[in-house]
Order: sequence, then structure tokens, then C-alpha cells
Amino acid sequence: MTTVAMPNVGSALDRVDALEKVTGRARYAYENFPADLAYAVPVQATIAKGEISAVDVDAVLQLPGVIAAIWHANAPRLAPRNGDPELAVLQSSRVAYRGQYVAVVVAETLESASEAARVLRVRYDADEHDVELRPGHPGLYRPDHVNPYFPTDTEQGDPDAALAAARVVVDATYSTPAEHNNPMEPHATVAVWDAEGLTVYDSTQGASNIRDTLAPLFGLPPGSVRVISPHVGGGFGAKARAHPHVALAALAAKQVGRPVKLAVTRQQMFAVTGYRTPTIQRVRLGADADGRLTAIVHEAIEQSSTVSEFAEQTAVPTRMMYAAPNRRTTHRLVRLDVPTPSWMRAPGEAPGMYALESAMDELAIACRIDPIELRIRNEPDVDPESGRPFSSRNLVACLREGARRFGWAGRDPEPGIRREGGLLVGTGVAASVFPVYRMPSQATARAEPDGGFTVRIAAADIGTGARTVLTQIAADALDAPMDRVRVEIGDSALPPAWVAGGSAGTASWGTAVVRACEALMDVLHGRAGDVPPEGLEASADTTQEVRAQRRFAQHAFGAQFAEVAVDMDTGEARVRRLLGVFAAGRILNPKTARSQLIGGMTMGLSMALLEESVMDQEFGDYLNHDFAQYHIAASADVRDIDAVWIEEDDPGLNPMGSKGIGEIGIVGTAAAIANAVHHATGVRVRDLPIRLDKLVHGVI
Amino acid sequence: MRPFAYQRATDVPSAVAAGTGQAMYLGGGTNLVDLMRLGVATPEVLVDVTRVPFDTIEETPGGGLLIGAGVRNSDLAAHPLVLRNYPMLAQAVVAGGSGQIRNMATVAGNLLQRTRCSYFQDITKPCNKRVPGSGCPAREGDHRNLAILGHSEACVATHPSDMAVPLAALGAVVNVESSGGPRAIPMPGFHRLPGDAPERDTLLRPGDLVTAVELPALPFAARSRYRKVRDRASFAFAVVSVAAALDVADGVVRDCRIALGGVAHVPWRAERAEAALRGAPATAEEFARAAEAELAQASPLPRNAFKVPLARNVLVRTLLDLTAREDLTAAGDTGETS
Ligand SMILES: Cc1cc2nc3c(=O)[nH]c(=O)nc-3n(C[C@H](O)[C@H](O)[C@H](O)COP(=O)(O)OP(=O)(O)OC[C@H]3O[C@@H](n4cnc5c(N)ncnc54)[C@H](O)[C@@H]3O)c2cc1C
Ligand code: SF4
Repeated sequence: MTTVAMPNVGSALDRVDALEKVTGRARYAYENFPADLAYAVPVQATIAKGEISAVDVDAVLQLPGVIAAIWHANAPRLAPRNGDPELAVLQSSRVAYRGQYVAVVVAETLESASEAARVLRVRYDADEHDVELRPGHPGLYRPDHVNPYFPTDTEQGDPDAALAAARVVVDATYSTPAEHNNPMEPHATVAVWDAEGLTVYDSTQGASNIRDTLAPLFGLPPGSVRVISPHVGGGFGAKARAHPHVALAALAAKQVGRPVKLAVTRQQMFAVTGYRTPTIQRVRLGADADGRLTAIVHEAIEQSSTVSEFAEQTAVPTRMMYAAPNRRTTHRLVRLDVPTPSWMRAPGEAPGMYALESAMDELAIACRIDPIELRIRNEPDVDPESGRPFSSRNLVACLREGARRFGWAGRDPEPGIRREGGLLVGTGVAASVFPVYRMPSQATARAEPDGGFTVRIAAADIGTGARTVLTQIAADALDAPMDRVRVEIGDSALPPAWVAGGSAGTASWGTAVVRACEALMDVLHGRAGDVPPEGLEASADTTQEVRAQRRFAQHAFGAQFAEVAVDMDTGEARVRRLLGVFAAGRILNPKTARSQLIGGMTMGLSMALLEESVMDQEFGDYLNHDFAQYHIAASADVRDIDAVWIEEDDPGLNPMGSKGIGEIGIVGTAAAIANAVHHATGVRVRDLPIRLDKLVHGVI
Repeated sequence: MRPFAYQRATDVPSAVAAGTGQAMYLGGGTNLVDLMRLGVATPEVLVDVTRVPFDTIEETPGGGLLIGAGVRNSDLAAHPLVLRNYPMLAQAVVAGGSGQIRNMATVAGNLLQRTRCSYFQDITKPCNKRVPGSGCPAREGDHRNLAILGHSEACVATHPSDMAVPLAALGAVVNVESSGGPRAIPMPGFHRLPGDAPERDTLLRPGDLVTAVELPALPFAARSRYRKVRDRASFAFAVVSVAAALDVADGVVRDCRIALGGVAHVPWRAERAEAALRGAPATAEEFARAAEAELAQASPLPRNAFKVPLARNVLVRTLLDLTAREDLTAAGDTGETS
């Protein structure tokens, strides 16, 4: 495959929808007001496990404005069949976690619905619940595979023997807490039934996917469901699949025979829209005296709900990061009475690389080797597990370029000795990685009689700039100026496309867009450029192209550098400088790419220092379910942050030559910061987040 | 949210007249409206007092300040006399919330904001402060941010206000109007320890309207400092905070005022530390001794024991900073504001 010549691609262009957004004209899901609209407010379980015995529907039906109160005894039947059991809303009396939807109230106004939902009495027979992820939990088991389709365990050589024989061994257990995605725009769905079927205005990362989920659930052919989602205020994975509120809104609308709007509140999001599983990870590294790895063992335990299995691929990056003849990775899961975890920006890589890259730092110290040099020494020639060559792997270049820019040379590795007034200062480094995925998508390209072009694909712009980048790609493929090309996305009536997920959106959609545009150009050439009054259209389906056997291991890489200052009196750790250097193929729009990368790094900083969803053992919910309690980095936490990249020319990827950049920014940040905190203070924090209570005893 | 009536008061008498029964006064609404949305506060009538003309700051004949109950937090923090005479107060206010919240929040509302204990804010769970007698799950559950001093079996909550901490240190007086006439309630003492009635945060009775807060003249408070320790660099409640004013002459502490935030159900006046310091040399050793004297009475819970060394350290550091620096100003000198 060769990359196509592209004058717009690679330019730091402004967003094509910027004006619409800043003037408030861009319409988000909640801002749709179909005629005769009613409001739905869900009622959530107040027990973590048990049965619903009764719901006092009649009492709330007396309240002003209330239209319906729906629970499993009076709800329309759904057909979840082989689908996600989470979507079988109000279909059974069973409560599997606190916060699960047990009823929904529909009323004329949001206020009436909220009040009725608040006073609706639900009676339960509660069972004992278990919501604690802990090592040695009797329920731990080996899932069949981990997200999305990786083997659960891998092993090569004899890691136990190699560890026993190793000159230097690091054996450490790290933990990461549950974290919630918390996009700025909470989830919202407006569901409208008519003679044709179901139309849903939804805040989603993938309109085609939501349609394909909803249609069978309501016994409809896919063509009878339409999902419209032109603008989305962030997702971070929390909107990559249909969560139960989408089904609930459609069910409520069906029941009352009117359009229904359902907005998930921030508080509700902590139970019903997915989150990152907590992890407990044991990492063992064996090395010779020069720091050459002889063994790598990474064993992760995680949780899922009793409703459905989500097994995160925590240890998967360890399979390809460093060379070592003896290696093992394992994943074990326990099903608890907790909400169902799901994808959150860099599932697997984000928590997994915190552990691996912290352990590498510990190994560097144990071997008295510079942590950058240690990583360079263990750079593999080929993907260690599959033996496939890397199509491009520029981790070493990122480390070297970062070291140069950051001023790493001459760093004294001794921890806890750099004082500036009452502060202890230190620096740390860690590697970033994210796999390259590309998924089948379809697109059409149309030449309009006025000389313009329209490109259609059910892609999603969740704030990343996808609409802009696809316009750049299409303009170049059509050899047309940007302002003559209109890209329509965010609607399941458009050609079906992969979700904005897996950092694969641009690669997947861009391939389909290029192929559709190429096909159109062929037709146009055949007609010597003549466009008939009805226009000309060509389409593409990349299923074949994308499914073709891969000869290479494909990943984006990066290196992150952090400087932290820790207050010696209080243990407050603040990140003074954060630098990321990435190698991610061709950067299609430096402006939007930089936002993605520093956005990911900011989220990584937040993960390192702040984010933690606290499970309330007694009640079984995430206790700190609002923004005053669940801390996300504020502007004051992010001082000097920068992301740069190394140009990569990797023709084996896709027509644009790009790798995904949506997630790699969050990978490795927490380890770089944890390593810097250790360098500053001598305290190794192995349990995120690195809050002052974990440092205040150590630094004084 | 439960239906409620809304009334707008234009002066103190009309506010007091309206504030009967299940009425609540509405200041900036930054706490009350949240609690109403959560179902924690369920007033039948909201009496909006933001049009009541008690929104000025005036010098008192004695050289203190009379701060109207409706003064916005931003205006309080920016007032030249506050900046000059009570820098720790300006620093504390600026350290709270965000710019938007401080623009809305009033002095009375800030004093009367409720605890941030998670259980208090969740009506699906028991909480003695919200529903007397229902229990206190925080004691066994999550109490990382809760009290280490003065708590009771019934409640281990903390008062979240930053502003109230320097007010307690200064011995501010809260002026109250009610149908029974005016009262003046000094701080500390305006807020109460939980005891067996944690549902009562303060000495106020139903219908009481706070009209002003009076600051006494305290010349040495011109050298004072507020240090807030928090998990996030801004927009986070204090884990622990210290307000301190120090009067040092010839290396000896002549007088001092110290209060701690984030440690108790009230802004905690550190009387034992103050007593230990008066007349003592202004040295790190004495500061540490004073801090130990105060914190000897601490009874931390399993997951907030770190607050004891933390409070000790911040207290000592704040006193050291006060002796070391000649030119502390209200802008704060940590480089960290909200
Ligand atoms: C996200 C967030 C972060 C915050 N962070 C901080 C922080 O870091 N530090 C901090 O100190 N605060 C913080 N706050 C709290 C904030 O300071 C308070 O919400 C605010 O000061 C309350 O003032 P208000 O005028 O809005 O009060 P309201 O919400 O209007 O009222 C609060 C209470 O005071 C009563 N009241 C109001 N006026 C009177 C009166 N004149 N007489 C009698 N009763 C009256 C009301 O009835 C109510 O009970 C934060 C708030 C939020 C939402
Ligand atoms: S500490 Fe106080 S406010 Fe918190 S749950 Fe206990 S009684 Fe309620």
C-alpha cells in the first residue's frame, strides 16, 4: 500500500465546525425537542443485590404531570437474545448492582419526572453483596479472552526458572482504582417512534453501532432504526456502546406513545455508563547485571459485574514492549455486585503500562542503569510474542528526542536529594504504546453538479476533530479545495462505520473515505469530468482491505517525561513539566493532534494524582459520584505541558499513513509521574492515585 | 426537586417576616440549590435575600470591619481593607471554590454551607446529620476527609468553609436578626460540635437571618496567613488548612491567633496552641511544641490518621513562614491560588 499525496492532510487547519460550536448552533442530543415531548427520569436501585418485590406506581401516577411509571411488571418485553444483557432494562426483578435502573418515570416536564422518580417507592428483598476486588478472591476465574479478542494468558520459555536464576529481580504489586470516564457532555437520548420505526437522537461514539444494537432489542430490522448524533461532547469510551439508558428511553417512548427525552445525570453516570475496572497487578522482572531482561511476568486481576463480563486487557501491552526470552501474562476476573465496567480511554494500556513502566523504573534503580538506557537495552527486534516485524517502532527515537528536549542528560538518579525551599524535586520517564487498529467501514463520495463534493460516512466527531480531518482527507483524495467538500457524519442513515474507539476512527473512516473518493475520481475520469445534473456517486466498503492478513506488528509509541515537586510538609505532589514525544505515523492535523495528545496526557496526570472512584463497601456504590468529590485535574494542576512527534513514514498502515492518537497520550503518563515522585522523594507509590496521604509520612 | 415557593425580600424585616416555618434563605444558591437538587434540602419557601441591602463592607469605629451578609466572596477577597488588615481572610476566600462560585457565594451562605460528607449528600443512605437517629455510615466507611478533632459517636463530619477558618481565628462576631430581635454570636462558638445533635451545624434557630459579620480590630493580623492543603491544585476543599496571625517582638511571640480547617465540625480555634505560644520564643521548636499541644487531643479515624501529622506540619510551616517573611500579602505567596 502506498500513501497518497495530500496537501491538506498534515496542515494545522482549524476545525470546520468551530464556528457552529462556539456560537451554540451545533446541536447536541439533549437539544432536540420533537413535538409532544415527554421527559423520562430513571429510578436506580438502592440495594447492591437482591430482588425488587414491589413498586408503588399508583402513588406517583397521582402526582401532577406524571404520565407513566414503568418497571419490570408493566414494561414492554425486549428481545435482548444474544445482545448485551445490560440492555435488558426493566425485564426482570433481579438487582445486580446499586444504581441499576429499576424503574422509569415519564412526565410532562423534567421537574415533574424528577420529583416522581425521587418519591417512587421501590421495595426490595436484599441479599448480601460483595463489592470488593481483592487478591485471592475465591471468585477469581480465567475469562475466555480479554478485550477485545486477545488471549487471556500467554507464556513463553520458563519464566519461573528464569526469575529464580536472575541476578536482579523486581517483584512488585501495583494497584489502580476504578475511574470514571466523565466526558463533559453527560449521556442523553431522545427517542421518537413513528410508523417507520424508531429514531434516536443520542450522544454516541458510533451511530451505526447503536442502531445495530437497538434494532434487534426492539425486534426491528436495522433499516427501521435511525440514530442521529452530529455533535458529541466527549466520550472517552463511555459512549462507544449503547448503555442501558438508550434502551430505557426507547422503551419509555414506546410505552407512552410519545417522544421521550432522557438525560443521564452526572451522579447517575457513576453507575450506568461504564468505568475503568480497578486492577491489582503483580509484575516480576528478572534481569542480568546489565539490565537485560531474562523474564517478564505480568499478572492482573480485575472486576466485572454479575450482569456481563468485561475483561480488560491490562497485561497485553507487556506482551510486546520489551525483549525477554521468558515471559508470561495472565488475567483473572471476579464478578462482583458492582456496575459493569467498560472501555475508558486506553483500556488495558493505561493501567497496565503504569505497572510495567513503574517496574522498569524500579529495575533501572536496582541495576543502577539510567531508565532510558534500560529501555533501549531491552528493545526487541521483532514483536517478542508473535515474531512478526514491527511496521515501524520508534520508541528509542522518542526516548532520545524526549531526553534532549527535556534536559535529561546528567540526571542524578539518587532519589530524595533535590531540595528547592520546602519542595523535593524529581524527574521521571516512561514509555507509551498503543496498538494500531483499523476496522471495516463504508463511505460514499458524490460529485455535485455545482462542482462541489459530498462525502458521507456514519463516523462520529466526539470532539476530536474527526469531521475536520475527514474533510482534509477527502479534499486531498478528490484533489479539491477544502471548502468545496462537505463531509456528513453522525447519522446511522449514512454508510455504516466503525465507532470512534480503539484509536481507530480516523484510520478506519479515512480508508473508506479515500477509497470512495478514488472510486468517484475514476468515474469522473471516465466521463472526462462531466457531472450530470443528478450528480455522480461512488461508494466503498473496506471490509476486504481491512481484513487482509497483517504481516506486521503495528503500534504507535511514545515517551513521556515528568518533573514533579513534592511539598515536604504536606506531601502535595504537583507536576511542573510534562513532555510527550510520540511516533504515530503521519500526523494528519497538527492542531487537532496536539489537542488529542496533551488531552490524553492531562487525563494521565489526572489518573496519576487524582482520579479514584471510591467503592462504598457497605452500600456497594461509587461514593464520590460528582465533580466536587471525584477529582479531575483542573487547569492549575497542568502547568507546562507539551506534546511533539517524530515523523514516521510507514506505508503499511492505511492510505493516510496514520496511526491512532486518541489514546496513546494517556498511556505511560502515570508511570512517568510516579517515577518522578520516587526520584523526588524516595517514596515509591504503587497504588494510584498519588495523593498526599501516601506521601506525607514518607517525605518528612 | 420538590416544588417550592420563591419570594424575594428587599430588606431585613421583610426577610425575617418571610423566613418562618419551612422557609430557607437563599444567598448565592451555590450550596443550597445543589442540596435541593439532591433532595437533601427540601424547603417549602425560598426567601431570596440577595436584594437585601446588606452587601457592603464598612470600617467600624473601633477600627474593625462590618461585612454585610450579602457581600459576595469575590468582593470580600478583593476589598482593600481586608487585603491590608486581614490578609489571611482574603487568602482563605480566594482559596475556596472557583471564580464563578466566589462571584455568586455570599458571606452568610459561606458560613452556613453544609458538610461535604458523601453520605450527607446521598438521600438513599443513612446519616444522623440529615436524618437524626439514622446512623453514621462514615465512621466505618469513607471518612478520609472527615474530622480528627471534636467529633462524636453521632457524627464525624467537617465544616468545609475556608473563609470561616480565619473568621474563627479573628474572633469575628456574627450578627443575627430574628423575629425575637437581634443577637450577636461570637466565633468560635457560632458553629457547634456535633455531640448528639449533629443536625444542628450552628447556634442559629429556625428563621434566624444572618445580617453581618463583624471583625474586631487586630493590628497584628496584618501579618497573617492562610495555608490550604488540598488534593487538587485548585477547586478542591481543604484536606487541612491553617489560618494564623502572629505578633512577634524581639524573637518572642507576644500574641497569636490560630485556627484549623478541615479537621472538625467547626472551624477549629487552636486555643491550646495559642496558649503554648504566647510568651514563647518564636522558634521552630516552640511552634512544633504548640502544634503538638493542640493535636494531642486528636482522635483520628483509621483512614484519616494522616491528617494529624499533616496538620502539625502545616501549622508549623505557616508559623515559620510568618516569622520569616516581612511582606506577606493577600495575593498569597505559594504561587497557588484558585
Ligand atoms: C464545586 C464547589 C466547590 C466549592 N469549594 C469550596 C472551597 O474550596 N472552600 C469553601 O470554603 N467553599 C467551597 N464551596 C462552597 C461555597 O463556598 C459555598 O457554596 C458558598 O459559600 C455558599 O454561599 P451561597 O451564598 O451560595 O449560599 P447558599 O447556597 O445560598 O446558602 C447556603 C446556606 O446558607 C443559608 N443562608 C444564606 N444566606 C443566609 C442569611 N443571610 N442568613 C441565614 N442563612 C442564610 C441558606 O439558607 C443555606 O442554608 C464550593 C462549592 C461548590 C459548589
Ligand atoms: S459524619 Fe455526619 S454527616 Fe457524615 S454520615 Fe456521619 S452523621 Fe452524616
